[in-house]
Amino acid sequence: MLQLDHLVMGQGDFRLTANWSAEPGARLAIMGPSGAGKSTLLSAIAGFLVPTAGRVLWNNVDLAGLSPGDRPVSILFQDQNLFPHLTVAQNLGLGLRPDLRLSDGDRVRIDQALERTGLAGLGERRPAQLSGGQASRVALARALLRARPILMLDEPFAALGPALRSEMLDLVREVADATRATVLMVTHDPKDAMALGGQTAFVANGVVEAPVETVSLMANPPPALREYLG
Amino acid sequence: MGARDMIGARLLALALLALVLGPLAAVAWRGAGLTLGSADWAAVQFTLTQAVLSALVSTVLAIPVARALARRRFPGRSALVTLMGAPFLLPAVVAVLGLLAVFGRGGVVNDTLAALGLPTLSIFGLHGVVLAHVFLNLPLATRMILQGWQAIPAERIRLAHSLGFGPAETFRHLEWPMLREVLPGVALVILTVCLTSFAVVLTLGGGPAATTVELAIYQAVRFDFDLARAAGLAGVQVLISGLAAGVAWVVLQPTAFGAGLDRQTALAAPKDWRRWADGLVLAMATLFLLAPLVAVALRGLPGLADLPPQVLPAAARSVGVALVCAVLSTLAALLVALAVARKAHPLVEAAATLPLATSGLVLGTGLFLLVQPFVPPMTLALPVTVLVNTALTLPFLYRILLPEARAMVTGYGRLADSLGLRGWARLRWLVLPRLARPLGFGAGIAAALSMGDLGVIALFAGDRQATLPLVVSQLAGAYRVEAAAAASLVLVALSFALFWACDAGGRRAAA
Repeated sequence: MLQLDHLVMGQGDFRLTANWSAEPGARLAIMGPSGAGKSTLLSAIAGFLVPTAGRVLWNNVDLAGLSPGDRPVSILFQDQNLFPHLTVAQNLGLGLRPDLRLSDGDRVRIDQALERTGLAGLGERRPAQLSGGQASRVALARALLRARPILMLDEPFAALGPALRSEMLDLVREVADATRATVLMVTHDPKDAMALGGQTAFVANGVVEAPVETVSLMANPPPALREYLG
Repeated sequence: MGARDMIGARLLALALLALVLGPLAAVAWRGAGLTLGSADWAAVQFTLTQAVLSALVSTVLAIPVARALARRRFPGRSALVTLMGAPFLLPAVVAVLGLLAVFGRGGVVNDTLAALGLPTLSIFGLHGVVLAHVFLNLPLATRMILQGWQAIPAERIRLAHSLGFGPAETFRHLEWPMLREVLPGVALVILTVCLTSFAVVLTLGGGPAATTVELAIYQAVRFDFDLARAAGLAGVQVLISGLAAGVAWVVLQPTAFGAGLDRQTALAAPKDWRRWADGLVLAMATLFLLAPLVAVALRGLPGLADLPPQVLPAAARSVGVALVCAVLSTLAALLVALAVARKAHPLVEAAATLPLATSGLVLGTGLFLLVQPFVPPMTLALPVTVLVNTALTLPFLYRILLPEARAMVTGYGRLADSLGLRGWARLRWLVLPRLARPLGFGAGIAAALSMGDLGVIALFAGDRQATLPLVVSQLAGAYRVEAAAAASLVLVALSFALFWACDAGGRRAAA
């Protein structure tokens, strides 16, 4: 269980609080106006930002002091999810072993992950030779290989068209099912939140509200969300 | 990368500070209380005069050359721009030999003057020193100013076209504002370089009227063995070059090492008489830069078959010094740049910048004072040369690496952190591939600069420790002109080969 225990994050004048927990395997969309702090929340959970107060716990263990790579987290950023100087297969290999000393078994797993994400045969390509959709698939394939119990996505498909985006969301669900991961996905599009299924945590006025079933939230939005949706 | 690497960077910074501050302390202790005589004040005055003149002349002459390069397209243009990059790496002793061959007694210019019945020129003294400094720095100034021209936004140039600006208006509204911003930095860099110039003054200067502080330090150590006076002079030199370097460091944009000078500007290329003027400017600049090099080559080629016996061992020593320096300086600069790119760190930054306030002879004198009570300095000539050149090239390499290291951290730092890339794995799979190009370029610069350096080695070395630049200088001093030219061909070939090997290696690794 992911638990945000009286978490306070701040940078300068900006202050954001969160105090709720998410069940294992939950699908959470994090929605809110730009600048509200959606990415700040992910940064705090991923370990890029030290909270000013409160704790982030995973299965009742405080994550404070764990460096980003040691946390039970895989994260997809808005861009720069792949190292351009490494091949697709090497980028995936980093998810298994950061020193890239890969065994034959590792290579088989990489091939399987490529196949599963529709990238069979592209292992030797460089990221520059991939389309935007393919690059997103590689990042998801790596998350599949790392199989961390929390999968966070910071608007990674914002640059893709609607059809491709819904394809990617299908893949996110598939990866999350396979790894039984808790998903936190930042988005500004209610359609994405609906497509993800599960719950939505709305961020506004310095607070990340506790997640609510997305369907009922959209059916009966509170005033701040109504204003955001327009 | 975490606390461990930060400790490494801090230890390195302390070692660097010790390497620079130790000799400075020795200089201060030994030189304190020394009153400068009139000869010393003359040296201070000459140092300032020649540096100011060299900076002004180089900068002013570079303006028309840079403008012609900015607005004209012609075959061989990119070769000319590349040629402009070469003198920065050209050993000063070689440049001096070339200038002697063209402008010296028995050179082309004086032969022509004599044949015409006109009085001949002497290349020695203030004007010779300035001439050599202009030869060495005009290309650097040209490249820096050319960069300014190419940085004028294309939108502004289009606006100028649409308003029907002629050359005069273009100059007033586009070019002059750019020049006003760029020129002080250019002049300041050249001033700083010329304040610590040694090899040029050693050959073309000398005597009471044309001795710089650096040369006076050398003479005090080598000829008078007056270490107190050398230390006092070194203190003066630190004050002068520290002040200039400090101002330059603040004023200067970190874009001085330019790539992409092949880009076409949208600047109008006037078709009237200015076309011929630009052509003439470029032809004269090319002639001025090429003639001395060609003269050295012509004089040296016949002598290659019959090199003096001391040349090859000296060449081997020089290559060794250059390679060790390149490795040490690149590693140190990388460690410092990575630490600073992660987190502002004043101590580390200061350590990487401080050597700019010194010079080869200042550090050399300090180290001489430090080791002399224990061992004959001569026995440490090569290790000291390596240390001093590592310290002196480090600030350049750090400046080259820092923006690239910052871009790497901004672009891929979080991704690498989130995947748990640390220590060796991070170096192997992130840092080396991302920074291969600037690392190779920087190592090449360090290798070539330390290969051609004639400074600290002249202070320490006996015959059995001489590096190639020192041998060239000794041969020239003994009027063995052909042998000196031949040895300097070897020196130039080796310097550029080392630079090319490092630079190309880096580019290949990055591809």
